[in-house]
Amino acid sequence: MIKKRYILNFPPQSGDKPLSYHLVKDYDIRINILKAEVYPGKRGSLLLELQGKEVNIRKGIEYLKSHHIVCEPLDKRIRFQEDKCIDCGNCTAVCFAGALTMDPETWKLNFDKGKCVVCELCITACPLKLFEIDFR
Amino acid sequence: MGQIKTYQEINTKLKRGEAVVLTAEEVSKLAKKASPEEVAEKVDVVTTATFGAMCSSGAIINFGHASPPIRMEKIRLNGVPCYEGLAAVDSYIGATACDPENPEYGGAHVIQDLLEGKDVVLEAWGKGTDCYPRKYIKTTININAINELILFNPRNAYQNYNVAVNTTDKMIYTYMGTLLSGMRNATYSTSGELSPLLNDPEFRTIGVGTRIFLCGAQGFVVWPGTQFNTTKPKNEYGVPVSNAATIAVMGNLKEMSSEYIQAAYFEKYGVSMFVGIGIPIPVLDADMAKRVSINNSQIKTSVLDYGTAGTPRLGQVTYEELRSGFIKVKGKKIRTASVSSLSKARKIADELKKMLLKGEFEISQPVQMFPKNTSLNSLEEKEVDHD
Repeated sequence: MIKKRYILNFPPQSGDKPLSYHLVKDYDIRINILKAEVYPGKRGSLLLELQGKEVNIRKGIEYLKSHHIVCEPLDKRIRFQEDKCIDCGNCTAVCFAGALTMDPETWKLNFDKGKCVVCELCITACPLKLFEIDFR
Repeated sequence: MGQIKTYQEINTKLKRGEAVVLTAEEVSKLAKKASPEEVAEKVDVVTTATFGAMCSSGAIINFGHASPPIRMEKIRLNGVPCYEGLAAVDSYIGATACDPENPEYGGAHVIQDLLEGKDVVLEAWGKGTDCYPRKYIKTTININAINELILFNPRNAYQNYNVAVNTTDKMIYTYMGTLLSGMRNATYSTSGELSPLLNDPEFRTIGVGTRIFLCGAQGFVVWPGTQFNTTKPKNEYGVPVSNAATIAVMGNLKEMSSEYIQAAYFEKYGVSMFVGIGIPIPVLDADMAKRVSINNSQIKTSVLDYGTAGTPRLGQVTYEELRSGFIKVKGKKIRTASVSSLSKARKIADELKKMLLKGEFEISQPVQMFPKNTSLNSLEEKEVDHD
């Protein structure tokens, strides 16, 4: 069993298929919708946590892709200019998901992208503007 | 308690490489096993440091004269307004200055660009005089082309600072960071037991003329900082429990490093600048040893509600509690976050320690002590005649 977060971008024509039903029923994947922006007739975006057998998740993703859904691991959609970070901590103040934390020994920033829920608060909270998340 | 060491004796030891220098964190640890007398005996200098956003910062610039010359009466650097009321080609660029059309790029960014050797566009206007006939100039400058570039910060290194929370049901954007609604986070900005002015709360060794580490160079404390307040309530360890004293500092920006200066933009607030300051404190006697030995559990600060007018005080916490990740305010457990860089402050304290141990940094006795019994005025609003 593995657990992984993906960002899904739906083209306008894919909005009417019960894709999550098929992920559960056909591929035995436990899904958790962490964020969704769906506008009928337009592109839609979803942050999905998939839990299941590695092979099933791979097949499930292939299934989604066959329906013209862009499917990318969350960490590939997050850009953080770590080399410029001054470890001030401003981003950790808003990260209630616990993805951005300070190491209690070194007081340097830890970024566990796997915990990100794409609330996007770090984007504005960072005084150096080092975060970018491509959700839409 | 007689004086056991003089500045001169300590400097002689530093030059010979015989001095014992510890950071304020190291000495706080040592003091758990050693008495103040023993600490004073063992340790000569303690290094303190901070790396936080300090809005009251800026730089004095002399551009040099063009031919034909201009009396610059309106000045822009990369579009950011600079002060024009200082002779023909002197100016001061404040860290928080910006063009309202481009609020995310300000004076701090210009200072950082100059420091990093980048070209910056200078545009200036004058009315044209007999001795300064020119009315307009547009050119680029850089750190090597201009004459002086002097960091002059009127208010830095606050002696303690408040913890910020927000009790309202709306998220607010402040210089203390983004404060979530319903007290779901608390931010603080002081480096605690490592913070310079908390290690010499009575200003026995820090005063006008104190040589300091300023953004990688050797700078000086030139005056008490603005809003210098020595009458804020203190706790049983002699340190104020809210923001109290400050220092004005100055140094040659041309010798500084962009490692220790960082321009910043706080959402819906504006531009600020992270400034790295380190202050060496000589352990002259057991009293100074006791002061520098202070630890995070002994330093308290006030929790203020930034969401409510007048920022009412909601409680008091220690830096030990703040660093633990959670504080309790009004019965509610709140997640804490620092908004100044402790890892950078530690780096500065270590850097300063190395400079001292190599004999490259002389400690200096203040040429003038800071005033005592100062308090602050508020800005009163009075009727103004319109005629």
